[in-house]
Amino acid sequence: MERVPILKIGGVLLVSIQIDLHDQSVLALQEDLAEKISATGAHGVIIDISAVEIVDSFIGRMFATIASISRLFDADTVVVGMRPAVAITLVELGLTLGGVRTALDLERGMKILGQLGRGRDA
Amino acid sequence: MPPRSEGPEVVPISGDDDVVRVRQLVRTYAQQTKLSLVDQTKLVTAASELARNTLIYGGGGFARVEEVSDGRRAGVRASFHDEGPGIPDLTLALADGWSSGSGLGLGLSGARRLVDEFELDTEVGRGTVVTVVKWKR
Repeated sequence: MERVPILKIGGVLLVSIQIDLHDQSVLALQEDLAEKISATGAHGVIIDISAVEIVDSFIGRMFATIASISRLFDADTVVVGMRPAVAITLVELGLTLGGVRTALDLERGMKILGQLGRGRDA
Repeated sequence: MPPRSEGPEVVPISGDDDVVRVRQLVRTYAQQTKLSLVDQTKLVTAASELARNTLIYGGGGFARVEEVSDGRRAGVRASFHDEGPGIPDLTLALADGWSSGSGLGLGLSGARRLVDEFELDTEVGRGTVVTVVKWKR
């Protein structure tokens, strides 16, 4: 199983998914992120999915779960870079990703975290 | 069925890795058939849901992927076979939001919305076969 690396930039944790996600990698990422937020006190998490070709209900649910976990550590989560075909498919699949903040790209994602008032040290 | 350029390919589904393998195989066929990018994504997403169902609810099985033609247009057909417990209540299983497991209940109903043809053949105690087709527009 491949693990998804988590990078720290200031107070933000950046997760860029570059692999074809196994379900086990998805679960491992949730655990690794919870550990890392707790250890670093990060105030924001950005999940970059610009390289992700499909998001099914399992992967989609991961975004919601990560957002909920982060929230418990007082951190905000933004999912960035969703491909148009993925967005269309998600809507048709019936997955609304309610509660998950999204942004067009990494830059806007960082801006959103900044606007949330705690991104000044990012 | 008219002759097709590509024979069917069979992938066993017995673990996580196989779900990824099925996705990759379906994508290869979808690209070969020149489905649009959106249609490729829809078909691969549906295949991912169904392969996971085969693994989790069916206790494993296999997927079969092939290029098909109805004489006018080409398409990709993928079927998912298991010898699991079967689905006792189809109406319920196909309803949005219903799940017998830990999922969101979008697997079957969601997959059905993403494809052009959807066929479910199930027998309690014998197993389930789900067949989907996506046609080139």
